[in-house]
Amino acid sequence: MKAEIEVLQPGLFSTIQDSGRFGFLKYGVPLSGNMDSYASKMGNLILNNSVNSAVLEITQMGPKLKFNASAKVVITGADLSPEINKIPIDNNIKYTINCGDVLSFGKRKSGCRAYLSIKNGFKISESLGSKSWYEGISDFSKLEKGMKLAFKSASSSFYAAHAAVKINSAYLFQKELHVFPGPEYSLLNVTEKKLLAVTEFSVDKKNNRMAIQLKESIDNNLSPIITGPVIPGTVQLTPSGSLIVLMRDCQTTGGYPRILQLSDEAMNILAQKVLGDKIFFKLDSTFIND
Amino acid sequence: MKNEFPEVKVMGERAILIEFKPEINEKLLDKILFHKKVIEEHYIKLSVEVINTYSSLLIYYVSDIEDVYSEVLAVKGLLDTPNIPKKVNSLLYQIPVFYDPGFGLDLDFLAHQKKCSVAEIIRLHTQPVYTVYFIGFLPGFLYLGGLDKKLQISRKEQPRMEVEKGAVGIGENQTGIYPKSSPGGWQIIGNSPVDFFDRNSTPPCEIVAGDKVNFYSISRKEFDEISEEINLGNFQLKREKYEG
Repeated sequence: MKAEIEVLQPGLFSTIQDSGRFGFLKYGVPLSGNMDSYASKMGNLILNNSVNSAVLEITQMGPKLKFNASAKVVITGADLSPEINKIPIDNNIKYTINCGDVLSFGKRKSGCRAYLSIKNGFKISESLGSKSWYEGISDFSKLEKGMKLAFKSASSSFYAAHAAVKINSAYLFQKELHVFPGPEYSLLNVTEKKLLAVTEFSVDKKNNRMAIQLKESIDNNLSPIITGPVIPGTVQLTPSGSLIVLMRDCQTTGGYPRILQLSDEAMNILAQKVLGDKIFFKLDSTFIND
Repeated sequence: MKNEFPEVKVMGERAILIEFKPEINEKLLDKILFHKKVIEEHYIKLSVEVINTYSSLLIYYVSDIEDVYSEVLAVKGLLDTPNIPKKVNSLLYQIPVFYDPGFGLDLDFLAHQKKCSVAEIIRLHTQPVYTVYFIGFLPGFLYLGGLDKKLQISRKEQPRMEVEKGAVGIGENQTGIYPKSSPGGWQIIGNSPVDFFDRNSTPPCEIVAGDKVNFYSISRKEFDEISEEINLGNFQLKREKYEG
């Protein structure tokens, strides 16, 4: 029998993700990939998987999943109170799931996105070189009730011993985002730069895999730009003065001034924030663009 | 030095942006596509993707750039390659469009605004050879230059929640086709049955930056026939070498 996970309840929003889709920006295809690449990487490391193995990215409210074969799994990232057969389990520890077991999630305790990694990875078809789900590109766009996710059942004899993986979960609570100046940063005036540096911003309700909008706004005296390239982590300044941080599923081009660029680490931190969570920007001027 | 183009800017840990003078014209596009080719050839064994927009090139690295300073210097060196004017091999594609008030929800509105007939709108839209500057916004969305000034019109004040796949629209000085249904604010004047993006094709998008397109008007019957051919996988866009 094929080893599969049956989706009993889909939860809020879950997708399969790997490190993303590379080489199709020229056709307007988003990069996609794990919102928190640190958490997904740690999960795969704990299981001795290749770090780019596809994982299930689970947002805020987790699904209810029934396994029809044994599996080794680990959950990393946000703490969404995972349980196996209603018995609580911990994040960052590998568990054996037996045939018929049900993995479910409860109350959100920290972070926004949890990652379910499975030994040997999910058996998901690739589209345009990646297993990451994105509407219109992959076969599926989100986890739905009744769906079946195939995986390669892990026999314990093949389970290699490895050194313990040290996980640092402090980033889930970190507010400081390490950022670089964006292409239009130098066009901001002194006041705007100051506001950007001292304002404590909070995550607005418009936040998803494409972009995270921030509630507080700063003055904006910049004109729109001729449509130019944008990438995940680009911070756009809208005409109203509010900031939009582009995330992994963002469009490939945009017309708003690009004032900041998040570091990869900052993107992982921001990916774990929910509505109302606070952040502030710490500008790194290692490379100043003049 | 400031304001000297092209400017090379670091964009975070895995991208370098090259900005040319912020203009929209074909001469600049040719120049950008020339530099794009030089850069792509240089990086052929490395993992980068180079994309262009109207006046920029972006080099996106699959992993973090190891030494930013030497990378910026290398890119600046590549940009010094003398720009040998070479004719780019571009193709001219013929795009069928059904210009009809049923599909083109704003066609009558546009004709009324411009104080001319629908036939005149169609004539003005099908006349130019448009230049494909780049693809962005949505997979397969072509940024086209060359819209007749007389057809320019501001975007809708209230964008539509859903614009149909294939919708042909006008927004300010731009015209384009929605490759899939999406929210959108352009004035819609017709619909093309053609698929501009097919994830199962290699490449997924046949038309590329630097190509040319021309629209031609089709009837409802032709629209249905082409749709049927597309469903059967028999449809091929008419295309020819473009000599300028």
